[in-house]
Amino acid sequence: MSKKLRVGWFSFSCSEDSTIIFTELLNDHYEEWREKIEFCSALVLKKKSEIENLDVAFVEGAITSVAQEEKLLTIRSASKKLVAVGACACVGMPAGQRNNFDDKTKEEIKNVLIRFQYADKVKRLAEIVTVDDQVPGCPMDENAFLKILNKYLKEFGIN
Amino acid sequence: MHNLDLTIADISKIEGKASCEIKIKEGKVESVKFAIAEYKRFYTQAIKDKDISALPQLAARICGTCSNAHLSCAAKAVEAAIGLTVSPQTMALRKLLNYGLMIRDHALHLCVFVLPDFFSKDSILEFDENEKEEHKYLDATFMLKAAGNNLSKTVGGRSVHAPYFTVGGFTKLPTKEELNKHINELAGIRNTVLDLIDLFATRDFTLKMESLTYSAVSDSQYSFLDGDYYISDGRNIQADKYGEYLERIAIDYPQASGYKFGGGITMVGALARLNLAKNKLHPDTKKSAERYLSFFPSNNIFHNNLAQAIEILHAVDSAIDIIKNLKITDEKPMPLVRKEGMGIGLTEAPRGTLYYRLEIGSTGKIASGQIVVPTSRNQIVIEEAIKKYLEDNIERLDNKESVEHEVEKIVRAFDPCMSCVSHFLKVTWIEE
Repeated sequence: MSKKLRVGWFSFSCSEDSTIIFTELLNDHYEEWREKIEFCSALVLKKKSEIENLDVAFVEGAITSVAQEEKLLTIRSASKKLVAVGACACVGMPAGQRNNFDDKTKEEIKNVLIRFQYADKVKRLAEIVTVDDQVPGCPMDENAFLKILNKYLKEFGIN
Repeated sequence: MHNLDLTIADISKIEGKASCEIKIKEGKVESVKFAIAEYKRFYTQAIKDKDISALPQLAARICGTCSNAHLSCAAKAVEAAIGLTVSPQTMALRKLLNYGLMIRDHALHLCVFVLPDFFSKDSILEFDENEKEEHKYLDATFMLKAAGNNLSKTVGGRSVHAPYFTVGGFTKLPTKEELNKHINELAGIRNTVLDLIDLFATRDFTLKMESLTYSAVSDSQYSFLDGDYYISDGRNIQADKYGEYLERIAIDYPQASGYKFGGGITMVGALARLNLAKNKLHPDTKKSAERYLSFFPSNNIFHNNLAQAIEILHAVDSAIDIIKNLKITDEKPMPLVRKEGMGIGLTEAPRGTLYYRLEIGSTGKIASGQIVVPTSRNQIVIEEAIKKYLEDNIERLDNKESVEHEVEKIVRAFDPCMSCVSHFLKVTWIEE
C-alpha cells in the first residue's frame, strides 16, 4: 500500500462553516483523496479518532477555554504541521466577540464563564501554538485550502 | 443491564459537538443528559447595537451548515420590523437558495452521518467501491450534495453564508442561463433520491414515541419560509404569536435551555413537517413518493430520516418549477428605512422551526434579540427518546459499546445541530 498523508480535522469554537466546505470539497475530490489521504481523526466523518503521528492537523475555530487549549497543545504535539482554518482560527473572530463586549455585557455573561470554566479571553490559534499555515476566510477560502493541502502532499512525498 | 454509568464524550457524525450521560441503577434508568459540548459564542449579546443591514450576515455565523436558514429568518424579522415587503423575484430566489440548502444539508445528514450505520461501517470513507450497493450510495452521496451545493452557489454566491443575500433583496443576481443549467442537474438526481427514499423506508430502525406531538411552520407550497404554525394536537397559531407558546426549561448541564411548546413536549424537523403537511408537497413528489407518504403521520422518530429524503425530492421538484417560471429582472435590494419596530421571523430550517424576535431602535440598531433554534426545541425530546429506548431494552443491553452505538443512532435520527445551540440564551442557575 502506498504511503498516505496522515491528516486530522479538528474544530473548536466556531460555526463549523469550514467543516461544511471541507465536506463539500469531498464531492469533487473524494476519488483523488482516498488514494492519498488517511483521515485519522475527523469527528464529522467518523467516530474512530487517532491523534498521533499526524502529518498535518487542520484546525478550525478559536480557543475559549483551558480545556480547549490543552487539547490544541495535544494536537500540536502529535502533528508535524498545523494549519489554522477559517477566520476564528486565524484571527479569533467572530467566535471571540465576547472579548470586545462592554462592561455591562461582560457582567451579563460572567456567571456562564465562571460556571463552565471559560478562559478570560478567546484566542486565535497562533496565540497558543505554532501555526505553520493559514487558510483565511469565513468560511475558509476553498482554493487556498486546496493549495495548502497540495503543498503538503508534495512536501510529504505523496504522489 | 442492571447498572450503567456511561458518558459518551463526543457523539460523532452530527453537526457540532454533543455528549450524553446515562445512569442506570438497579435496572432503572435514573437519568439521561444530552448535553452541548460546545462553548458559547454569545450571539444574542453580539447582535446588540448592530445595524439592521449587517444583522443577517452576522447571525449566519451562528452556524455553518444552517447559515442560509439563519440569513432568511433574520432578514424576515428585520423586514417585518421596518415594514418592508420584498419583491416576488427576491422571494423566488430565497426559496431557491433554501431548496439548495435542504438538498445539501439533508444529503449530508442522511448519506454521510446515517448511511454508515446501515452498512455497519464507521464512516462513508470506509465504503467499498468494489461492493455494488456501497458503491452506489457512495456515488449518490456526492452527487446529491453537489446538486444542492451548486444551486446555492449560483443563487447566493456560496453555499455557506451566502454573500449575495441581503435585507431587501440580492446584491448580485444570477442570470436566467446560469439558473437554467441547474434544471438538468436537479432532474438528473431524481432517481437517486427515489433510491434513497426506498432505502430509508425499508431498512431504517424503529423507535416509537406514542405521546409525542409535532409542530411546524407550513404554507400551501411547503416552502419552509412562510406560513402559520401548526401543532399535531390540532392547534394553529399565527406566526407572530409563536413566542407566547415557548416555555423555557432551564437546564444547567448543557449550558443552554430546552423548550416546551404550548404546554407539552413537541418535536420539530422533517418528521413534524411530513406529519403535518404531506398534502402540501410538490405534486410530482407526491406522485413519485406516494407509497411512502402513507407512512405519515408517524411516531417512529427514525422516520425523520425518511421524511428528510422525501423533502430532498420536494426541494428538487419545487426548484425546477421555480427556475422554469422565473424571469430575472435587474432589481436592486430595496432601500432600508431605519425606524423603531419589532419583527418576527419564523421559518423552517432543515432541522425544524427557527425563530427570531428582534427589537429595533429608532436609528436602525438592534436593541435586543431572541433566537430559538430547532435543536433547543428538540432537546427534551432527544432525552426522552434515549430514555425510552433504554427502558424498552433494559434486559437486552449487555455492553457499553452497543448502548453507545444505539444512543448515537437515536441522536443522529434527530439531526441535531450543536453549533446552532451554542449561540447563547440566558440561563437560570440552579445552585447545588
